[in-house]
Amino acid sequence: MEWWQNLPLFQIVCALMCAAVCSALKSRAARAVMTALSALECAAMGILLYFTAARNESFVYAMGEIGAPFGNELRVGAVEALVGLAFSLVMLLSILGGWKHLTRDVAPNRQNLYAAVMCLLTAAMAAMVFTNDLFTAYVFIEISTIAACALICASNHGRTLFSAARYMIMNLMGSGLFLLGLSMLYCLTGHLLFPQLGESVRALLKANKYPVPLYLSFLLMTMGIAVKSALYPFHTWLPDAYGYATATSSAVLSSLISKMYIFLLIKIFLRAAGADVFARRIEDVLILYAAAGMLMGSVHAIRQRRLSRMVAYSSVAQIGYIFLGISLGTPAGMAAALYHMLAHSAAKSMLFLSAHQLRDASGGEDTFPALRGAGKRAPLAALAFFTGACSLVGIPGFGCFASKLYLAQAGVELGGWRMALLLGALAVSTGLNVAYMLRTVLTLYRPAEGEIKAGSKPDAPFAAAMAALIFFNMALGLLSGPVMDIIQQGIGRFA
Amino acid sequence: MARLLYEHLDEVTALVLFGIGFTQLLLDKNLIKKIIGFSMMDSGIYLFLASYGYIQSRLAPIYTDGIMDPGAYVNPLPAGLVLTGIVVGVSVTAIMLGLTVRLYERYHTLDMDEIAERIRGEGN
Repeated sequence: MEWWQNLPLFQIVCALMCAAVCSALKSRAARAVMTALSALECAAMGILLYFTAARNESFVYAMGEIGAPFGNELRVGAVEALVGLAFSLVMLLSILGGWKHLTRDVAPNRQNLYAAVMCLLTAAMAAMVFTNDLFTAYVFIEISTIAACALICASNHGRTLFSAARYMIMNLMGSGLFLLGLSMLYCLTGHLLFPQLGESVRALLKANKYPVPLYLSFLLMTMGIAVKSALYPFHTWLPDAYGYATATSSAVLSSLISKMYIFLLIKIFLRAAGADVFARRIEDVLILYAAAGMLMGSVHAIRQRRLSRMVAYSSVAQIGYIFLGISLGTPAGMAAALYHMLAHSAAKSMLFLSAHQLRDASGGEDTFPALRGAGKRAPLAALAFFTGACSLVGIPGFGCFASKLYLAQAGVELGGWRMALLLGALAVSTGLNVAYMLRTVLTLYRPAEGEIKAGSKPDAPFAAAMAALIFFNMALGLLSGPVMDIIQQGIGRFA
Repeated sequence: MARLLYEHLDEVTALVLFGIGFTQLLLDKNLIKKIIGFSMMDSGIYLFLASYGYIQSRLAPIYTDGIMDPGAYVNPLPAGLVLTGIVVGVSVTAIMLGLTVRLYERYHTLDMDEIAERIRGEGN
């Protein structure tokens, strides 16, 4: 075994230990530990990506050297490393970008706990991306649910408490469904590790044994994850949870937590179900929900009067895009969904962070009349918002353009009614996106009525994070070829 | 049909419990009752898993009296999963109860609709 193959486990253990340490530290030190940890994760993910992508190989890390079928394993390939790198990068930049709000919105004696929760989330993220075991994935799903709940109600006022309660209720139902599906699958196959699970599912299907329970168990897991990642119409918890939390929380919640679950679903489909006729029946239902989400999320976003809620509703639409890619069921569709996942987390974290900054520059109000002229008062935040909006709308050169293109290509390859549905939904949803994003950007750059308040200088961490995020978005747009190669190469090695 | 149900009494009970808990969690307005529903839902799944691991007239999976034959013991893995699940369930219940206490201190009610109403009244 080579030294870098120990990194995945080291990352998870290190994050869990940091969480314990943070809860005992003073706020200042805890914040430093949290930032250092996510920087360290970025570096470790980068090293893993370098080795796995360059050598085109994947490896399995058996914990305690107890091999399959009884042991617990981590698996790292190019896709896992890439997704992990993007997630930890977004996490680091969200922490930096929301630094000012974090120190202001969260009570000073609670900031160390906030840092501890972020460390827990880092551990859950790394574990869920790497794990090869379905039950371990479930445990870390619950850890991230608890962490997310704490993140939502970190800024302590009535609304955040209530939205945290609603978030928990919906998410507990989601994880209940997931756990039931998992238990049924375990009873049917006797395995929890993905490779063995895939093998026995294929064997059962070949012998035509238990087709209905198998189908039901995958359906339950899919439903659980759909509820947890806010697929329309299970999105009711989302706008409040994202819209009222502090800046770092909203950015992390929208761009990381729901995406981790989706990545898990992609792993389940590709590695346990096998992308064949069997999963097709689930995917045909999923595609309808996804298309409905793409349209209704955008319609809701147009109707919002406040910026942060508009950005939150646009997440519902974008989750629809990702599920649309998954529900095509082909490797090309999955790859496009993965790409959109990365592009969307880069864009959405930036949108949330800049929206909070713009609100500050407009006297704490983020209704559209109040935001007029905010582009003058907070030029950097407005530029970042503009970039994020360009990306979500799909202007060539930005991340989401590439992913929408890949989605459309995957649909055209497939043909039939799915292609028609996909292209139609994509076109209408993009039109609606343009409507509300353009309105916002125009509002930002329209001169304000009355006297112009003096603009505040952005704090250094925010400026650095925004610069990095703008760069990241452009990179995803311009370097889409190499990134897509890594994704496709990694998906090819799944199973 | 009745015979089939009787033979799989554990699984049927487990699914009925899950259904009751799930409905309670989804539909009841009272926060405490929602939490009870969550506990029932989880217990249903634990029963489901535990009954899968149990094999009649076998021993608990601890080496006793030098019996080395694995066929003499029940399957220990589902029990391990149930234990992990219980730990997860306890922590989630704790955090839900904590949230409920905070909400009750602020709004003096456990009714979700009522709380939503009062928040709208606050207008923040």
